[in-house]
Amino acid sequence: MSTGRDPGLQAERTRLAWRRTLLTITVVTVLAVRLASTGDPTGALIAGVTVLVWGALLALCWPRATGTGPARTGGRTLPLVTVGTVVLASLGVLLALRGLW
Amino acid sequence: MWKTIRRWFDPAELRSVGEPPDYRFSLANERTFLAWLRTGLALVGGGLAAAQFLPPLPMSHLREVIAVALLLLGAAVAIRAVDHWARTERAIRLGQELPASRFPAILALAVGVGALLLVVAVLMRAVGDR
Repeated sequence: MSTGRDPGLQAERTRLAWRRTLLTITVVTVLAVRLASTGDPTGALIAGVTVLVWGALLALCWPRATGTGPARTGGRTLPLVTVGTVVLASLGVLLALRGLW
Repeated sequence: MWKTIRRWFDPAELRSVGEPPDYRFSLANERTFLAWLRTGLALVGGGLAAAQFLPPLPMSHLREVIAVALLLLGAAVAIRAVDHWARTERAIRLGQELPASRFPAILALAVGVGALLLVVAVLMRAVGDR
């Protein structure tokens, strides 16, 4: 590239998009933990797993969200974040149907 | 299908096709993926909110049906997001046209029809209460 790289904007915007995504994941986690906390053991178990998934997603997204670590796009991070989202949705289904068991 | 799924988790395979693209296009593709993922997460959050904040509804288990439908839709949006990201990345690397998709239209229709059904449910309840 003769023009050289545009150093800031594109990477910065992508970083901010990762931050927004992490924030959304956190809100979803809070909603799930709130739904799970009714005091029964099943709820506590699901709440614990949800917090673990949140921690894993936080660790996974952190380098992308802060620009630390190798500045790369793509890779395994994207499918893994998708898996985390699907796991959160599945735990949500368990929580939503808990009263019907 | 399994081959496609395996491909998502193998970055080396994606990098083996075509030419390395202008990194700005990869970043834009990643942002689009993230925007779709947030859409999926918002649906998951909506399902969790429906499960705990909706009052008891006139039809039995309607609340659970709404919550589970939103949660499954959210998961589907997330999976579709990563699939579309991989296909777009591949097309960029090969210099092909970007993949077309009916998914946004289908999602919009599903959300629209769901909202209409809820309007009907609310109106029926209002009429029933009178």
